[in-house]
Amino acid sequence: MRPLTFRRVFWICCALLGVLFVVVVLALKLGAVPISVTDLVLSLGRLAIGRSDQLPSEYRLIVFDLRLPRILLGILVGAGLSVAGASFQALLRNPLADPYVLGVSSGAALGAILSLIFAPNIPLITPVAAFLGAGLTIAAVYFLGRREGQLDSSTLLLGGIITASFLSAVIMFLMTTLSGRDLRGMAFWLMGDLSTPLPQSLRWVFLIGLFAAIGAIYSTAGDLNLILTGEREAMHLGVDVTRVKLVVYIAASVLTGLAVAMSGAIGYVGLLVPHVMRLLFGSDYRLLIPTSAIGGAIAIVLADMLARTIVAPTELPVGAMTAMAGAPVFIYLLRRTLR
Amino acid sequence: MSVTSETLTNEGARRSAGTIRLNVEQASYAYAGEGEGAPLFTLEAASFQARQREVVAILGPNASGKSTMLRLISGTLAPLSGRVQLEGFETSGLDPRTRAQRIAVVQQESPLLFPARAWEYVLQGRYPHGRTLRFETAEDCAVAENALAQVGASHLRDRWMDKISGGEKQRVILARALAQQPILLLLDEPTLHLDIGAQVDLLQQLRRLAEENRYTVIVVTHELNLAAEFADQVVLLHRGKCLRVGPPAAVYSKELLEHVFEAPLEVEATPSGRPRVIIRGKRPEDAGGNDPRQP
Repeated sequence: MRPLTFRRVFWICCALLGVLFVVVVLALKLGAVPISVTDLVLSLGRLAIGRSDQLPSEYRLIVFDLRLPRILLGILVGAGLSVAGASFQALLRNPLADPYVLGVSSGAALGAILSLIFAPNIPLITPVAAFLGAGLTIAAVYFLGRREGQLDSSTLLLGGIITASFLSAVIMFLMTTLSGRDLRGMAFWLMGDLSTPLPQSLRWVFLIGLFAAIGAIYSTAGDLNLILTGEREAMHLGVDVTRVKLVVYIAASVLTGLAVAMSGAIGYVGLLVPHVMRLLFGSDYRLLIPTSAIGGAIAIVLADMLARTIVAPTELPVGAMTAMAGAPVFIYLLRRTLR
Repeated sequence: MSVTSETLTNEGARRSAGTIRLNVEQASYAYAGEGEGAPLFTLEAASFQARQREVVAILGPNASGKSTMLRLISGTLAPLSGRVQLEGFETSGLDPRTRAQRIAVVQQESPLLFPARAWEYVLQGRYPHGRTLRFETAEDCAVAENALAQVGASHLRDRWMDKISGGEKQRVILARALAQQPILLLLDEPTLHLDIGAQVDLLQQLRRLAEENRYTVIVVTHELNLAAEFADQVVLLHRGKCLRVGPPAAVYSKELLEHVFEAPLEVEATPSGRPRVIIRGKRPEDAGGNDPRQP
């Protein structure tokens, strides 16, 4: 009998953070303008001792003004999406659930497209409208998914899928009214892209929302373990199932909504990273949530690095990259479990 | 399963000496139908009491209200009228965690979404005894080991739950309930998917556990003979009515059981004092006592 200990969680997370650090250094180095690791370490060192004014200006621009913010955004979005994915898999008791399964991404895209059509000149309107769209969708799905006053997993799933396909149809319809420039902007919402930096004024909202939601989900990790073995059993083991489901539903939706509002709907990360972490470290949510968060960050930074470099100087949207890499990984995992 | 008449008398004496642990008093429930219509199912007011070390069988055919009774006792449903009290507290009024420290429910297991080992499963029983986000202590492990040993499943500790047989699984599930260290053990059709050997084995274990750990054990079942053999008290339900409560010998009568189970039955007295039920065949050659395979 080897129950999970705090020490184990701590050391595994440290190891993953080490991997993330290496990936971040690589991502800073690689790109349309290659930068040597020595230069990178030197400039990072200068930054660390507060002498950023001594940095060559082109480094400052490329490394710290272009690549680093993009990497940080990737880390936050990846962590949010993976934790949301792991949460929805437990909440819906369905291993195929991902953050978008309940239609959040379609809601966000619809919000964005409406703002592009009706109020294109108001600053910050698009991410805010996307977040509102996500919120409204999730509220609508919540009411569709209730049965006898309780959130019912299969009704919720069905409600989400129906809502998502309805919203997609509306989006397709509205897209015919958009002009060429806006159409490219739309591709961003449907595919996912990290190239738009986080607006300064929304940075704190994003950070606080993300950490609060991950914290809320982590506080229910023990309950989620039991809910995974069956809701009735969890109830008999002392879990307040109704409360836990509501907390996780809201928190995971906030995570998805924030991530989509900032970077569009980046696919596969929220579905696959939790499964890979399960294979590596087991399915205990007390370990799965932190490892998924770090693993999701690694996955997105890696994918974005590839998206920037693979056809440089042109860039692919990161969502295209995750989909291309994600689908084969997913098929592999599926075959593995079937065997 | 050697229950002599001597132990039966002792049981009787001991039972009446113990204090009442579970008190079901005129408890009733009704499931609402569509709109203003009549309720879909009603469990009419039922009363019985159970003491520590007592094994009670809630017996009845399908749709007799057994599961509703189980949910009332486990506190997941609040009775519409009457009371269900465990050591003086309404079971439906307890907060989920406190309830799980006192009542362990063994159900038909749900399929696992992700694989788990037997020990992980048993450790889940320690959940109500800690804060939500905590890691299991050495004490929790000791309790879980002990629970596995008590049901004779120590050797299954490191096996995967989806790679062991139905009977073995049932033992691990029972071990998880023991790890909750409850005072009331509720089992919902625990013998459903077990062969006859495993059924007897399980019920003997329950008897022993009730004795050793001073549990009150309540088993919901439709197995007439197992209930007769192992229960101190039988609560007989039929279409939402509690028809009779008492020791098996008092409840088991041919007319009553034939009426409830809608099958031709014979009730025999055995030397142990416990009744035995035999199904009378409907075909004439069976009634004549001939084996139809031998002309």
